[in-house]
Amino acid sequence: MALLEVSGLHVEFETPEGRVRAVDGLDFVVKEGETLGIVGESGAGKSQLVMAMMGLLAENGSARGKALFRGEDLMQMSPRELNGIRGRNIAMIFQDPMTSLNPYLTIETQMVEVAMHHQRLRKHEARAHAVEMLRAVRMPDPEERIRQYPHEYSGGMRQRVMIAMGLLCEPDLLIADEPTTALDVTVQAQITQLVGELRTKAHMSIILITHDLAAVAELCDRILVMYAGEAVETGTVDDIFYRPQHPYTRGLLASVPRLDRAFDEDLHAIPGNPPNLLNLPSGCRFRDRCSEAREECKLRPPVWVDEGERMSRCVLPMEGGHIRQPAGPPGEAA
Amino acid sequence: MSKPVLRVQDLSVTFKNQTGGLLHRRERQIRAVDGISFDLHAGESLGIVGESGSGKSTLARAILGLVKSNRGRVLWMGEDLTAMDEEALRQKRKQLQIVFQDPIASLDPRMTAGDIIAEPLWTFHPNMARLQVEERTRGMMKMVGLLANQINRYPHEFSGGQCQRIGIARALVLNPRLVICDEPVSALDVSIQAQIINLLRDLQKKLGLALIFIAHDLSVVRHISDRVMVMYMGQAMELSEKTALFRRPLHPYTNALMRSVPIPDPKKAAQAARQTWLTGDMPSPYDPPSGCIFHTRCPYRIRRCTADVPVLRRMEHGDWAACHRAENLDLSIPATD
Repeated sequence: MALLEVSGLHVEFETPEGRVRAVDGLDFVVKEGETLGIVGESGAGKSQLVMAMMGLLAENGSARGKALFRGEDLMQMSPRELNGIRGRNIAMIFQDPMTSLNPYLTIETQMVEVAMHHQRLRKHEARAHAVEMLRAVRMPDPEERIRQYPHEYSGGMRQRVMIAMGLLCEPDLLIADEPTTALDVTVQAQITQLVGELRTKAHMSIILITHDLAAVAELCDRILVMYAGEAVETGTVDDIFYRPQHPYTRGLLASVPRLDRAFDEDLHAIPGNPPNLLNLPSGCRFRDRCSEAREECKLRPPVWVDEGERMSRCVLPMEGGHIRQPAGPPGEAA
Repeated sequence: MSKPVLRVQDLSVTFKNQTGGLLHRRERQIRAVDGISFDLHAGESLGIVGESGSGKSTLARAILGLVKSNRGRVLWMGEDLTAMDEEALRQKRKQLQIVFQDPIASLDPRMTAGDIIAEPLWTFHPNMARLQVEERTRGMMKMVGLLANQINRYPHEFSGGQCQRIGIARALVLNPRLVICDEPVSALDVSIQAQIINLLRDLQKKLGLALIFIAHDLSVVRHISDRVMVMYMGQAMELSEKTALFRRPLHPYTNALMRSVPIPDPKKAAQAARQTWLTGDMPSPYDPPSGCIFHTRCPYRIRRCTADVPVLRRMEHGDWAACHRAENLDLSIPATD
């Protein structure tokens, strides 16, 4: 059984300029022990879909659809029920650890509180557990450092604290929203590696939300690519990287500057800008920027072609479940 | 070779701050930029790379006189900018421009795109005819890939990439000779990053600009620089011609930075299993390590590194490195693809 099954998820925001459809009908599953990467650029809706599931939308936001966690619909739960799930079964880590930690409290106070509340441990047990988790994320000298305040930690160490906090309750699902984006590249490497190791040890499922294709390549089993509030492609990590079908996925892969490629002068760019969510184009939302766009792309939105675990929202054919080799730059990766 | 347009010599910036309460007041110092020297020629592009806290942005601001340096010189066409008064420096700024990281925050939200781009013209050429200003503004917009009919729009009506184009147009409107780009694409989505990097490179070639491009990521710098300087805790670790640097870094820190750049390819990522080349964090800048400033994180350190400070010295092929072991380490990057 799928650990998480999301279907028909819509998220909307009422703004002075009009109604923004941030997530527009999304379906996906996360299996037990699996790592799903949700990839997209700003405005794709990847963060809001998680906020909606977790009951954390801003006041002007509303959501509908289903998000079945072990068969129970998160969208129908009361704040109290969700609170229980959030601590015990689903943990979240965010991009900027400083905004998720209380600057006035020591790491000890914050971690012990979480462990006591959600795991019903006594204080000294909770503290021992917290130290153990800090050791698991390879915090040097955890007995000492747990007494410090957030500002006494570096960015990378703060993110380790966040991960340790997330793991305190041994969650079934860890949702990591851009966990390495705010970090330096040398520290990113450390954190990505750490998450990979912990996943194996803790047998948890992970949703990794990111625009960083390299982190996804390293950590994920399957990938969901989003554009302007919709899923545009999904498949295994190999499908997406070696047999990308949707022109957006292909463009995205080609625009990453890479050190492992022969030196070339021009970077591939996707022309134009993402559409305004208040004023979406007719038909395919990507067509203005698409090198393969044709007349029919204007007329109606492409359907979400379902080939089992491999899906794409594009008029280009998926030949018998096997995606045709792209003509563009990413093809050389195969 | 022609004479360099910019010579930075032993430039240093120290920040002081006070800590402790009334009774235990202590003054602490950070050497944000510590003895940086380099030359830049017309039409040349220098990439400056380093992690947060390496001093790369402070260096940019010190070159332009936006923060005070406390040692060293910045020679622009032979004249020392650090010795000039405000007014003289202001006049020089026509030739020296900067593009900032956050494209949206660095634009005045109450001004139209056209006014933002034209403002430097009003300031430095107050007698320029209105029509001429507008013509020049439209010309700049076209050059950076904006549409003429967007001239009366406000920053919030543009996307991040378009705002950065406005920032670039503003920086170029006075025909500067040097443009410093301080992480101009870090805040942009990857598909847009490539647009802006390509645009900057094309403009640099077309206009023969001297360009300093600051980034925290070597993969970005590779597409736009002729030479690359790698900084760590305010100091230059290496200054090399680009091709040489990417083929065989001379400094262990350059090597670590390069190998930390993740590869967006599942098979290669699995193979490389991204060895952690750097352990630990950057040391506190209030209490920098003795000897080589990088020795606490260097996998190649020997006893000498904890005691002697390595100077940036010229190596066999004309590249520069600040490492005692630079001759003896082979840090070649295995060829791929």
